[in-house]
Amino acid sequence: MAENTIKIPVGPQHPFLKEPCKFEFEIKGEEICGATIRMGYNHRGMEKACEDRNYYQCLYLLERICGICSHSHTTAFVQAVENLLELEVPKRGLYLRALVCELERLHSHLLWLGVAAHEVGFDTLFMYTWRDRELVMNILEEISGNRVNYAINTVGGVRRDITADQRKKLLEISTVLKERLAYYANIGTNEPSFIARIQGVGKMSRERAIEKCAVGPFARASNVDIDVRRDDPYGIYPELEFKVITSESCDILGRVVVRVLEMVESCKMIEQILQKMPEGEIAVQKVPRRVPAGTAVSRYEAPRGEDVHFVRSNGTDKPERVKVRAPTLCNLEAAAESVVGSYVADIPIAIASIDPCFSCTDRMTVLLNDNRRGVRVATWEELRRHGVDWYRQNKGIRF
Amino acid sequence: MFKKLVTWARVKSPWILHFNSGACNACDIEILASLMPHYDLERFGVMLKASPRHADVLVCSGSVTKQIAPRLKRIYEQMPDPKFVVAVGACACSGGAFRGCYNVLGGIDSVIPVSAYIPGCPVKPEAIIDGVAKLLAQLDKESA
Repeated sequence: MAENTIKIPVGPQHPFLKEPCKFEFEIKGEEICGATIRMGYNHRGMEKACEDRNYYQCLYLLERICGICSHSHTTAFVQAVENLLELEVPKRGLYLRALVCELERLHSHLLWLGVAAHEVGFDTLFMYTWRDRELVMNILEEISGNRVNYAINTVGGVRRDITADQRKKLLEISTVLKERLAYYANIGTNEPSFIARIQGVGKMSRERAIEKCAVGPFARASNVDIDVRRDDPYGIYPELEFKVITSESCDILGRVVVRVLEMVESCKMIEQILQKMPEGEIAVQKVPRRVPAGTAVSRYEAPRGEDVHFVRSNGTDKPERVKVRAPTLCNLEAAAESVVGSYVADIPIAIASIDPCFSCTDRMTVLLNDNRRGVRVATWEELRRHGVDWYRQNKGIRF
Repeated sequence: MFKKLVTWARVKSPWILHFNSGACNACDIEILASLMPHYDLERFGVMLKASPRHADVLVCSGSVTKQIAPRLKRIYEQMPDPKFVVAVGACACSGGAFRGCYNVLGGIDSVIPVSAYIPGCPVKPEAIIDGVAKLLAQLDKESA
């Protein structure tokens, strides 16, 4: 610890944290000079629990990794299992999946915008965005039957179709939301009291963001042009037209702008989906319960960034191993670094600006270069080289 | 007389503290949503407070994990008497989907006493409003 600094602990229960997590900030006067994170309060051991459930029970459990991005986790898992089963999912099913995905992105970003406004003391915007969010929640409830954990995914497709009536409502909502989003974009870039709190706060340069493996809107706000939907497309995303929003400002203002504009893109995508959706089946009729042995990795662009699921099957109806890498895990360390140099009063908004989700993230690790068990830890360089080779061989992408 | 006044004030304006004891966020956002303009739990005088020392009602969501159990207990002890605990969601009531996981102790009542259970996975805002209204009615009856 450097001279003249004191440590202030924040958490696990703290007004600005919606979930338990502990931070320790090293401060000198009003300025923050260091931050350490202690996670794990929310660790429930779900990866282990998946091992004694069959694939359909796993879906139910994995939906509850996180209530906000529940569709992301099930889609990522289902994609991996479908990959192992070599299933061809009907087009309409994929379109419906993407529809729920974009609706989820809308509700998640609206939620974040409200929370971010609340953290800087702008409660009016908080109330506004949460009111508009109810529009999305209502249509999600109508489509899937549940407000938060939609349970629309199943192995080989989706479980419910949408009706003509719902289609009409979706288009109406999209129009209303686009109008509201224009208003929020205006507030986000023109309201002086809001900008004064977020401009130049929580700086994260492009180089450091790449170094710290930041993902999602947080990375895109630091001008890192990544989006799984475009870079490694899954489902029906190759058929949709959308822009990947980036910002050069590298601060919280950039993160607000990126998320608001992403919501506009989502609205446009919903309209495209409804327009292009073909008729037909929504799911594969007969899916085998046993999954042939093998491993599969699936990537998915969740509202907070890239979500990766790894599934290893052993020929039975239960997975042998399920591994989840949630986006917050990548962003958290970058967020802790981004608060360094700003003031104590900026801590809540700086941490909230990555849209942290600790229930996705909290995990336990106990293994380090254990020679007796023949476990080897790969270095960052080795992993990178492996990834580059894999993509060159399997997808023909040249770096 | 004084006691009556205090109970009256408490029933008309309960201050709540929300604590996530290892939930999946779904119940948390539904609790927040029920405080927001669309459902507006604040019309019953319910106010979300930041500190356990200001709170009358502890609203817990989520199954209790091993790491959070001592913290949950401490937060409960920091609250002034009389205090009430509302368990929101299937996990908070019994452990729900996470029952049996190696790091989960079970429902909230495995650590601290609970006054009201609101089941659901996740709980709908309507159910939260119903549960809170029932708790307040019960308190009112007890004081009469």
